[in-house]
Amino acid sequence: MTTVTQANNQLQQANSNALDTHSREFLVFSLGEEEYAVDILKVQEIRGYENVTRIANAPDFIKGVTNLRGVIVPIVDLRIKFHLANVEYGGQTVVIVVNVGERVVGMVVDGVSDVMSLTPDQIKPAPEFGVTMSSDYLSGLGSLEDRMLVLVDIDSLLTSEEMALVEHTTHQ
Amino acid sequence: MDITDFYDTFFEEAEELLGDMERHLLELDVDEPDPEQLNAIFRAAHSIKGGAGTFGFLVLQETTHILENLLDHTRRGELALRRDIVDTFLEAKDVLHDQMDAYRNGEEPDPEAFERIRETLQKIALNELGKSLGGDASAAKAKPEPAPEPEPAPSPAPTSAPQSTTPLDPMDQFIAAISPDDAVGETQDPTLCVALLGVNEKDRALLVEELAQLGSVLEQHGDEKRYEVTLETSVSREDIEAVMCFIIESEQLEIGTGQKSGTAARSSEDETVVPQPEPQEVSRPQASEPEPQAETPAPQAAPTPAKPAEAAPAKAAKPPAKPQGGKAKTSGESSLRVPVDKVDQIINLVGELIITQSMLDQTASEIDGVTHSALYNGLNLLQRNARDLQEAVMSIRMMPMDYVFSRFPRLVRDLAAKLNKDVELVTEGKSTELDKSLIERIIDPLTHLVRNSLDHGIELPDQREAAGKPRGGKLTLSAQHQGGNILIEVIDDGAGLNRNKLLAKAEANGLAVSDSMSDDEVWQLIFAPGFSTAEQVSDVSGRGVGMDVVKRNIQSMGGHVEILSREGQGTTTRIVLPLTLAILDGMSIKVGEEVFILPLGAVLESLQPCQADLYTMAGDDQLLKVRDEYLPVIALHQVLDIENARTTLTECIVVIVQAEGRRYALMVDDLVGQQQVVVKNLETNYRKVPGISAATILGDGSVALILDIADLHRLSRRKTARQANKSIKPTQEALLS
Repeated sequence: MTTVTQANNQLQQANSNALDTHSREFLVFSLGEEEYAVDILKVQEIRGYENVTRIANAPDFIKGVTNLRGVIVPIVDLRIKFHLANVEYGGQTVVIVVNVGERVVGMVVDGVSDVMSLTPDQIKPAPEFGVTMSSDYLSGLGSLEDRMLVLVDIDSLLTSEEMALVEHTTHQ
Repeated sequence: MDITDFYDTFFEEAEELLGDMERHLLELDVDEPDPEQLNAIFRAAHSIKGGAGTFGFLVLQETTHILENLLDHTRRGELALRRDIVDTFLEAKDVLHDQMDAYRNGEEPDPEAFERIRETLQKIALNELGKSLGGDASAAKAKPEPAPEPEPAPSPAPTSAPQSTTPLDPMDQFIAAISPDDAVGETQDPTLCVALLGVNEKDRALLVEELAQLGSVLEQHGDEKRYEVTLETSVSREDIEAVMCFIIESEQLEIGTGQKSGTAARSSEDETVVPQPEPQEVSRPQASEPEPQAETPAPQAAPTPAKPAEAAPAKAAKPPAKPQGGKAKTSGESSLRVPVDKVDQIINLVGELIITQSMLDQTASEIDGVTHSALYNGLNLLQRNARDLQEAVMSIRMMPMDYVFSRFPRLVRDLAAKLNKDVELVTEGKSTELDKSLIERIIDPLTHLVRNSLDHGIELPDQREAAGKPRGGKLTLSAQHQGGNILIEVIDDGAGLNRNKLLAKAEANGLAVSDSMSDDEVWQLIFAPGFSTAEQVSDVSGRGVGMDVVKRNIQSMGGHVEILSREGQGTTTRIVLPLTLAILDGMSIKVGEEVFILPLGAVLESLQPCQADLYTMAGDDQLLKVRDEYLPVIALHQVLDIENARTTLTECIVVIVQAEGRRYALMVDDLVGQQQVVVKNLETNYRKVPGISAATILGDGSVALILDIADLHRLSRRKTARQANKSIKPTQEALLS
């Protein structure tokens, strides 16, 4: 699982210098062919996908729960959530563990590529679009040469009602 | 060492004493008071007064002083008790408590409250004693008190002197305070000889300093073995003893009268009245002005929780053993105050240890037992030690239900008086222990239920009589263990729930109901939000917010509420709670490839069903006949959508489980084994999952879910209902969930 170790090393570096610069650092991950990014400060760690206990009667994108050093953490597969065609689980499948408010949640992604630094002028506002992914959950689009990174607002995404991760008072 | 170091000890003791006082007052039979109890109440007031005097808590001292005087008369049978007098005493106790809290926070007590209670108490003294003593109430002068008859001197050990606590000076001063010109008393030699035995020099200096505050030290000499101090003082021997006992043991103290020193003097002296108004104890309002000493904020009191409400639970973490009546010894050696989060940390660590231990066990089971017998022995030992450690640690968090129950006698008494009802409160199973976190959270729901029972349940005496019941109602609070649960019941013998009224009310509230609903289902209606059958909203209960909150509170504790009621005969509300939330005795079962944990307390037996015992009902529902009982079958693979599980009942194993008073037959593939599991909350990072109460971590590091049987059954019903595409009324479903 070299990728995970490398990614974690990158993560540590990024975490250590994230506060130093004006630009913000993002962890870039891929879902299918698309590249997404989350604020590095939200990311707790990156680990392999293993040992997930299924939860009955939960939406299909909630893969279940896993044991993260004694803490029970739910695992969400963003690929299923965003209706990607190929959903496979292998040695390269990676779980990004993020901190959302007081909670810890794991997200399954196809892979983690690198940590990017974006200056404010590299971040464009997110257009109004998307049925599968409402622009409410985006904090913008990052443009980096010829790459486009979808900057995910992880807080609003994971605590949203449709993710069904958090109990909403209105809900039953 | 500073006097303020003892503040905490005093507050703790005083709090216990006040608790004792309240308990005795409540238990007191007004018509035939038990002299022992009267003595105990008197002693409690007296001890507090002594302590308060030492520490310069003047208002507290003053209030206890007045109360003590009245109590002294009661004790001697000169003041006939009445219910309203006892009420006043209770009120005085509350005032004392408030005053103490004020001092604890380094504030001065509310002077108005003091003034009020002082007047009330003095009024009693004037009206009652004025009459009973002299028959000259209008003169507002108490008749001079007869010279107190000689009594044996109190023995030095304060706890052993219930009878010999003698009539004391305070009464006379009290009378002196009311009618100063009438004061009569015997002049006594005001010098006392205090002998300190085996007290080191440092403490000695402190004690002498203390004594100097109580009077003037005339003479002091001696060595560590025996040090005598001759004191000219107006303070009674008992007061001195009470003061000294904060610093030394009572055995180390001898107090004699006059110049006669030591033991000889103690034997037959009657130490009695001092007629002069004492500098400390004059009941004039000015006396409530703080002494400089009282103003120094208590450094010890500051770090303890500032609000009284918080202080009480903290205190309750101590072992419940209380000395009856008398002065408690310093609790330093017998109990330890520890912040709860420290205990929780230990519990968490032990939980991790248990997981590690079972992980080791699992690994070791693959090793050859013969060649590694030493390892096995070690592992066995580890297992036993780990279990013992776990139990010991868990027991730290356990507290007796008495902590909860003890607050109800007062509540019931006050409420019953307010509602003009006659209610007897019976508590059972006070020593049943429950996890501290649960015990604190059970108070509110239980209070609510008790209020409900008193307000709606138990009828007015006349109605009761008309119904052929005794005029006095009976409210029982009971707690007992049942399997891995604790059962807490609130039982009243009142009117019971009225089925028709409930149904009508439910209909008016827009709930879907029908006459064919079972009683159980009807009773469940009162847990619906905004539901109240009280004809009138009273300030006791009946605002319609309540039972649903009670239910939610109990559910959040991992428990549930049941109601048993029979019209005209009463209602029983039963709260079933897990003993502790942290650790569970579980049975692991396998369905398909998935492992689940069943709470062992719910498991009754397991068996291999045969076709002949299987019945179907309404097409889909399966029933299993077990010893003449038809149990609904819950097919786990269906409810939890498990693939590759056995689907034929006869190929499966059936586990008979019990939940919420009902039994179910649970269809599983395999029984894996029994083990203790550490309960991990699913809702910390996720949400409530239907049919699942929590999660745990197995020996191999994977997560297993703990099944909630009652919820599982509801889930199963909902699922079959959905499958059958029946239109279950939404409200009914909401009630079930």
